[in-house]
Amino acid sequence: MAYIPSMDLVPGVLKGDTRAVARLLSRAENGNEEGRPALEEIFKRAGRAHVVGITGVPGSGKSTLVAKLTAAIRASGRKVAIIAVDPSSPYSGGSILGDRIRMGELVGDKGVYVRSMATRGALGGLARGTLEAVDIVDAAGYDMVLIETVGVGQDEVDVARASHTTVVVSAPGLGDDIQAIKAGVLEIADIHVVSKCDKPDADRTISDLKNMLVLSLGLQPHVPAPLDVGARKAARWQVPVVPTSSVNDKGIEELLKEIDRHGRSLKESGEIVERQAAIAERRLVKASEEMLRDKLEERRGELSVLLKELAARRVSPHYAARKLLTESGFGGDK
Amino acid sequence: MSVAQTKADRIRVIVAKVGLDGHDRGVKIVARTLRDAGMDVIYTGLHRTPEEVVEAAVQEDADVIGISILSGAHMTVFPKLLKLLKARGADDIKVMGGGVIPDEDVVKLKKMGVAEILLQDTPPAAIVDSVRRIVAERGAR
Repeated sequence: MAYIPSMDLVPGVLKGDTRAVARLLSRAENGNEEGRPALEEIFKRAGRAHVVGITGVPGSGKSTLVAKLTAAIRASGRKVAIIAVDPSSPYSGGSILGDRIRMGELVGDKGVYVRSMATRGALGGLARGTLEAVDIVDAAGYDMVLIETVGVGQDEVDVARASHTTVVVSAPGLGDDIQAIKAGVLEIADIHVVSKCDKPDADRTISDLKNMLVLSLGLQPHVPAPLDVGARKAARWQVPVVPTSSVNDKGIEELLKEIDRHGRSLKESGEIVERQAAIAERRLVKASEEMLRDKLEERRGELSVLLKELAARRVSPHYAARKLLTESGFGGDK
Repeated sequence: MSVAQTKADRIRVIVAKVGLDGHDRGVKIVARTLRDAGMDVIYTGLHRTPEEVVEAAVQEDADVIGISILSGAHMTVFPKLLKLLKARGADDIKVMGGGVIPDEDVVKLKKMGVAEILLQDTPPAAIVDSVRRIVAERGAR
């Protein structure tokens, strides 16, 4: 089988052909220059799907929830694409992508596309190429795109700037861990899910979250929100807490209802425009970062002298960075 | 900058257990070995059907499907996989196998089109080499 130019994959993608979608997605993931024009074409055709980010700590039940939620969305007649992100090894660059383990029963359904992606050094909970991947499945005609982030800690909030609706999953029994993550990830939720609510301490987690939401409503006007969409969102949208249990499929329908309600609320309030703008801004910054990182990688060989100077503290990191940027043609003055 | 940040067409391998075969220690070690060789390894979990594995491999744009099989059903599973891949127009996805498979069957399976069978005494480095060789022989796609 010969190499198919990326541009030739575009018609297949737009028709929803799985092979074409999968191939172009790899090109996006690998960041090949050859794929850029095709991805630009796709970008212009995308923008129809409801993009839902699902995030939470490792083991909180994201994959299981995504599988159950997908079944519910399918039952409503919509097509679903899942982009599931797992971490790359910082040493070998390899990865083990295990999100499919929970999604076995979805595979036979032609209305579901599942793709695993490795972070490949990207921080923030998403992978390099995740946003392009969303464009591709969007253009391919999937009505809803679920982005499942890596298991997050406290500060991986990129998903909120990649999705229309952000769902944060918490599991009961993590006790103080719940408290610990309150400052970061919990703040980005449009919808909270408490998974595994068949477990005894679920009620405590639910009330912890509800208390936090009440508090943050009161505090919001005084706090410059790190994600400016967050502050305005709170004024219009009351963040619900949905208890779910995958053991007996409890709460899944309710969750889908809330996601749809949030999607409608974005449109009705006009906030969708702000969200799209926030996503666009984020993408511009991300794309610039990636280009810069690639440029640095290209020039790696030439850096040894500069690195030596830096390690010996003869120059400052700031000075070195400016020198590097200038020499790479990125300016760097000021 | 870590290796993970370099641009490269990373090899994607899907490893799967098919049918009633719960022995997954081997497949996990293989997955780990390939990960440490810098590949993206997608693990599907236990008890998959050949249909599920083929569809997953297409969706994931895998270069290679690695089937671990210790149940004795290899002469049923591999022909089925090859047939399904062909029917899907996806026979650029190469099939490899590992596990407990008699020598005479190894010959037959390779003749059928299984790219490689690695038996239980294969050293990890040889598994990595085989995957790389098979993907290199297939070429860019």
